[in-house]
Amino acid sequence: MSISTQEEVEFQAEVSAWFTENKPADPGFLLPQSFMEVGTDQQFDFLRTWQRKVYEAGYLGMAWPTEYGGGGRDQAFQDIATAEMVAQKVPFMTNTIGLSWAGPLILNMGSDAQREAYIKRILSAEDIWCQGFSEPDHGSDLGNAQLRAVRDGDEFVLNGSKIWTSLGSYADFMILLARSNTETNTKYDGLSYFLIPMKIPGIDPVPIKKLTGEFGFTQTFFDNARVSDSCLIGEEGKGWQVAMKTLTFERAVSGGQAGGVHSMQVSTREVVALARHAMRDGRPAIEDPIVRDKLVSFLMEERGLDLNNQRDKIPGLAPEWPGAISMARKLTNSEWRRRLNQFAISLQGANASRYVGDEAAIDGGRWQRGYLNAFSGTIGGGTSQVQKNIVGERVLGLPKSE
Amino acid sequence: MPEQSEQSEQADILFTDEQGQLMEIAQTFSANKSPIANVRQQMTAAGSIEADLWAEIADLGWLGVAIPEEYGGSGLGLGEVVSIVEPMGRNLFASPLISTTLAAQVILATGDAEQKSQWLPQLAGGTVAALALSEAHGDWDLSNLTCTATLVGDRLDLSGGKTFVTDAAMADLFVVSVALDGAPALILLEASDLPSDALRQEIVIDETRRSYGMDLDGVSVSRDNLLRGGDIAASLKSLHLAACLLYAAEMCGGTVGVINVTLEYLTTRRQFDHFIGAYQALKHPMVDALTGLEAARSHLYHAATVFDFGGEPRDRGGRAEIAVRMAKAQAADAFAFASDRAIQFHGAFGFTYECDAQLYRRRALWCEQQHGDSQHHCKHLAPLLL
Repeated sequence: MSISTQEEVEFQAEVSAWFTENKPADPGFLLPQSFMEVGTDQQFDFLRTWQRKVYEAGYLGMAWPTEYGGGGRDQAFQDIATAEMVAQKVPFMTNTIGLSWAGPLILNMGSDAQREAYIKRILSAEDIWCQGFSEPDHGSDLGNAQLRAVRDGDEFVLNGSKIWTSLGSYADFMILLARSNTETNTKYDGLSYFLIPMKIPGIDPVPIKKLTGEFGFTQTFFDNARVSDSCLIGEEGKGWQVAMKTLTFERAVSGGQAGGVHSMQVSTREVVALARHAMRDGRPAIEDPIVRDKLVSFLMEERGLDLNNQRDKIPGLAPEWPGAISMARKLTNSEWRRRLNQFAISLQGANASRYVGDEAAIDGGRWQRGYLNAFSGTIGGGTSQVQKNIVGERVLGLPKSE
Repeated sequence: MPEQSEQSEQADILFTDEQGQLMEIAQTFSANKSPIANVRQQMTAAGSIEADLWAEIADLGWLGVAIPEEYGGSGLGLGEVVSIVEPMGRNLFASPLISTTLAAQVILATGDAEQKSQWLPQLAGGTVAALALSEAHGDWDLSNLTCTATLVGDRLDLSGGKTFVTDAAMADLFVVSVALDGAPALILLEASDLPSDALRQEIVIDETRRSYGMDLDGVSVSRDNLLRGGDIAASLKSLHLAACLLYAAEMCGGTVGVINVTLEYLTTRRQFDHFIGAYQALKHPMVDALTGLEAARSHLYHAATVFDFGGEPRDRGGRAEIAVRMAKAQAADAFAFASDRAIQFHGAFGFTYECDAQLYRRRALWCEQQHGDSQHHCKHLAPLLL
């Protein structure tokens, strides 16, 4: 870290004061927990306005280059600001795909023209981004993408569909993996990667109703949609490499993200509070030895995940298997979150059966909804089972599963 | 990494250059001196380690790592000892290093000036010390004492029996816990204080260890052998937690070792036309073993950062106790899972004595059952956390 302790302390005080002052009041409706759960215009407008405010205050993209709208400061400042957002539990930055995946990718591999066109508008939330990777017939098997991109002069004609497009109804741009050549030796060689506008003829995002009963993403249909070949990022036919680079940003294996909080943190402490109020056989549930044992286990696991992040930054304590912590992070954290929500439901006695919308639902039904939504973490971006294959093969060096 | 809260005055995990160097040297030394063939050979020998190898360990300065320089040590802490014990555990290296280190710590915390200057330089130099803390009831609470000392003139008459006194036969010094006038007391015994039949070897599950029962009936020593400085009850608790910390290190190392043994088999053994590591039924639990290990190691190095023997005043809100108990519990769970699956994944070979998986499983059981299993530590964590 290249900033002095003095600067750190002063900056910490500054951000702390700003967020205390500017943190939005309760909007009066249940906010989503992450960008994958934005289901209504009301939620979207609220979150977009909030991100813009944080950016204009200078607390987003602080380490991105100034010529593209970034702050040009040391990453340490952004880390402090991000930690403060988490600590103050402010609403998340809704343009996650732009800020954490597309933005760093464009800065890393894009042309000057692409950086010029997109980076600042990602930070200000003027342009919302979505991701077109998964397809209906092959969710986690990215290399098998079949959406066709056929060259026609200096344009590509797109046909097919993408699915699980978070923010699909609101997005202005998409990072798109498409098949530009069907006659290659391997399935990977025929892929190209595009940065495409969403609001053009031939692209139709159709909302999908989730298991919670809410809307949060779309199936996006492409019917002869035409885009310029200047939308390519990386060379034509080299889309797989660009997709792999994107995943290193998505899984936070590579740095360079704009920063900011990206999902509402769930903490075991909140479940401990729940256990104090819940009743078991006429006594608070927190007095039940089995409940206590489980709470301690969740606290210990949560602490371990937090300490993993800290240890991962210490070179001398790098694990025997490099990448073990970072590559398994999505797996470990999403599974923990799912189980914690499930446990929180189990503490509510008969009231566990209520759901969001019922006046008597405990905490407004957030644990029930949180549990159902937690599957987006254990399924989206590669299911936990696929993650275990990846970690087993790339980290432990086990042979590929057939 | 900026602090996310002002509650902690130091980072959760610190790792010094000294720790890094010690770890590297210990890794190379352990791999060279304790290959698995040697481990098996040593299992049938009289002691857990040969005298010349123990002398090499003393020459490396490892026994004085946490002993102040004025007593011939290098003045570091138990955090640095963790960096040595973990690589030793990885290679199933057995030695009285843990007991000798802990004996020095308790003498440092509760000995008087004479006891410190008599014993600490010797312990730093290679004198073996053993801990006689456990008793036949098997209770992990070290203050549950049935052994007694009775003051007769200026002599202490001892009675009762201690168990799980590791490396007792090669020890010159023993730290023995007894009840004296109803309160816990710690006594230093020399090997010459014990009658020749006082030690009886126990048959224990970890065959790399040498464990003994110790009969104290009829043993009588000068009252000067009492450790008198400091709060003995508090020191017993510190001793318990320090043992948990070092066992957690040994278990993390063991988990790395057994994962490696299993990976070797999964990538070379073929069944049904495939290397068996390609099957997800085996691959996925290996990832569970890995994530368990990584969490345990993170807890371990956090505990190594915040724990300080007898350092209660710094332990605000039980931070160090929480860290150490979590480290012991997580390491025990990780090692148990990885070594249990190691036997299973070796198939029929895993059922044989020849397969190394059993060595690690037996080691894991020993380490978990000494100084509290994970359930026990969870129970003690509850009032600190809830």
